[in-house]
Amino acid sequence: MVPTGWYLALSAVLFAIGTVGVLVRRNVIVIFMAIELMLNAVNLTFVALARQLGTVDGQVVVFFTMTVAASEAAVGLAIILAVFRNRATVNADELASLRW
Amino acid sequence: MGPLTFAALAAGLVASALTVVLHPNPVKSALALVVTLFLLAVVFVFLEAHMIAALQVIVYAGAIMVLFLFVIMLLNLQDDAAETRGSDRIALRAGAWLGGGVLAGELVTLFLRLPLAAPSAAPEGYGGAAVVARSLFTDYLLPFELTSILLLIAVVGAVVLAQRREA
Repeated sequence: MVPTGWYLALSAVLFAIGTVGVLVRRNVIVIFMAIELMLNAVNLTFVALARQLGTVDGQVVVFFTMTVAASEAAVGLAIILAVFRNRATVNADELASLRW
Repeated sequence: MGPLTFAALAAGLVASALTVVLHPNPVKSALALVVTLFLLAVVFVFLEAHMIAALQVIVYAGAIMVLFLFVIMLLNLQDDAAETRGSDRIALRAGAWLGGGVLAGELVTLFLRLPLAAPSAAPEGYGGAAVVARSLFTDYLLPFELTSILLLIAVVGAVVLAQRREA
């Protein structure tokens, strides 16, 4: 039986990789995928702690996270499509019109 | 799950997650993300979250990633080698990796020191559809109903945003 702390440590590493992905990549779709990676790392934390506590509440929260992630992916990708149609780019550095 | 199985799964997860972040080709990043999500589903099975593991494969690795691949192919994106391995912005990338490393190191140290007792044996039917659904439809009924409104708004919003306007 692997201790719960190991699962939490694994999810911390995955979360950090997702954070680095958001910071180093400029392609908005890849940034989006890195955000999905971070969401999943947190899901792993919820499931591991639910097992630790012997309740299913953590798993129910993961269910809601998945719903929110699905909505976020649908709306986010629609925004990316709309932006691409107007500006013909998905590079975050070239999409700086709103920056002061 | 024994320590060896866990080590193999963790190595696979970290490798595929790094591929998502580092691969210059967005399609291959997306496929690496599918592998990551699938391996996470395997970890969920070992944590006795059977229902969540099934949902992870069907909803995440299935539906959401198809949406990603569809958009990437619709936009016909090319490799962006400059941003992944070129000389572009070395300071920013070094800082990001350093910050990510510090974050990971700090959290791993913290989590490995948590005084958690070994979990007791899971109750009968733990993590199955019946137990999760009972909690979902009693304690979490209001949030559950609210997600249906959220999904409706997301569907309408996506259609409105992505439709072609004839100006």
